[in-house]
Amino acid sequence: MSGKAVLLHAGVIAALFLLQFVASDYAVLMLTRIMVLAIYAMGYNILFGYTGLLSLGHAMFFAAGLYAAALGVTRLGLGVPEAFAVAILTGIAVSLLIGLIALRASGVAFMIVTLMFAQAAFLTVLYFGEYTRGDEGIVIPDTLRAFSFMGIEADLTNPVLRYNLALAFLAAAIALCLAVVRSRIGHVLVAIRENESRTAMLGYDVARYKLIAFVLSGSFAAFAGACYALMFAYAGSSLASIQYSIHPLLWTLLGGAATVLGPVLGTALMFFLVDFASGFTTASLLFVGVALILLVLFFPKGILGTLRQRVMPWLP
Amino acid sequence: MAALDAAPPLLETTGLTRSFGGLTAVRDVDFRLQKGEVRAVIGPNGAGKTTFVSLISGRIAPSAGRVLFEGEDVTALPAFRRVRLGIAYTFQITSIYANLSAEENVALAAHQPGRGGSIAYLERVGLAGRAGQIAGTLSYGHQRLLEVAMGLALRPKLLILDEPTQGLSDAEIEGFIGLVRDVARDATVLLIEHNMPVVMALAHRITVLDRGSILAEGSPAEIRANPAVQSAYLGSG
Repeated sequence: MSGKAVLLHAGVIAALFLLQFVASDYAVLMLTRIMVLAIYAMGYNILFGYTGLLSLGHAMFFAAGLYAAALGVTRLGLGVPEAFAVAILTGIAVSLLIGLIALRASGVAFMIVTLMFAQAAFLTVLYFGEYTRGDEGIVIPDTLRAFSFMGIEADLTNPVLRYNLALAFLAAAIALCLAVVRSRIGHVLVAIRENESRTAMLGYDVARYKLIAFVLSGSFAAFAGACYALMFAYAGSSLASIQYSIHPLLWTLLGGAATVLGPVLGTALMFFLVDFASGFTTASLLFVGVALILLVLFFPKGILGTLRQRVMPWLP
Repeated sequence: MAALDAAPPLLETTGLTRSFGGLTAVRDVDFRLQKGEVRAVIGPNGAGKTTFVSLISGRIAPSAGRVLFEGEDVTALPAFRRVRLGIAYTFQITSIYANLSAEENVALAAHQPGRGGSIAYLERVGLAGRAGQIAGTLSYGHQRLLEVAMGLALRPKLLILDEPTQGLSDAEIEGFIGLVRDVARDATVLLIEHNMPVVMALAHRITVLDRGSILAEGSPAEIRANPAVQSAYLGSG
């Protein structure tokens, strides 16, 4: 990997670390949320940006992690670290199962199948309202969010700890994403995106590679879901809705699909755009809509995708 | 000749048939290809040539019949597994990674994506100087050569070339004939080709397909002398 790329990614993580010393309490909370959701978007990008598979159902994986963690700590008496582990395993299991079925379809059919599975998952959350508390959601009591891990006492109600934990997870996600993209698997995924039939005729097991991308992507989503539940003490059905399937697609498009940092940038910009617009209008989604139309018209590759094309060809 | 016939063929099909609805594109084809051969498959448009090689490469499944490669039944194997056994297919319509560099195209074929080591294959087709160029920006002739380089990078035992000279200039065709002769030194070549001078220059044997069945098979001289083939496919000259 080029030195510039390492510097850039390390620089972004360092900048986020330093930001907590100057940002307001509100900004710290917002950045924590952005970092958690950026992990979700980065996972989405592995499937959409690198492999070229557009899923409209990723909320089901986010929700799988969200509810696995929330139900794990409130119902099963799990500690926070165990809840994370259970959420990741749930994400792997759910995305493996759905992937085996949904990947039999391609193109628009794949989008519809993932959308339908996610809607079924959303309705399942409402159906089992007795456990999930439906719309109202599960609120995780503060006492359940304190834990000790490898001898360190920690409490997720502490905003500084929460911020730095989210940052550590984001850094790990960036490192993992870079490793995947630079690996043999990453190159084959791009080859599948560029020309699937050719890739099969070069002797690659395309179905297996697509499943790997799907499970990686779903696991990132489930992990982000678990972070969301445990850090913000809430798991509600709105987080399993279609909106949460569309969000990572928009964030990825805005920042730049098939760039490692694109989804991070896209998530952050969208949050700030909504925050800025809602300062003087209740129609903040209109701003989002206009921004996306302009983006698709003039920068279809997203911000980092356009920069890579024009001035930074080394960007992974 | 007896000894040669006794050697097990590299590729054999028995009763190979493929129907699309009411149309039988390939009908009951028994075909044998010896190791080291350059075989041309000719026939008019719609004779079933591309369907036939697609059945061999596994891109489509047969309605009936079997495909044997090195004596093993590969009929049930998906295309990517047949590629790994050594059956490489280059597409009739150029199918490269247009947005990736020429080098990465060949590296993917060599199963070394993201790494070097594929320059040798580009050198062999004369494209080493364009390794870094985005494949989609290469001229059409160069894209065809890149396609062949990808075929070579698979280190196939059997290289299937589907109308490789289509759209090439005369000068490019000259170079191409030399390239296939070079390739044939260590791989068996199955060539679908319309261009008769190319067929006559390269093929050891020729199979003529007509309406899905084998009409004739033999050396270029025999095929040239065959009255039915002559009138139907080679013109009166």
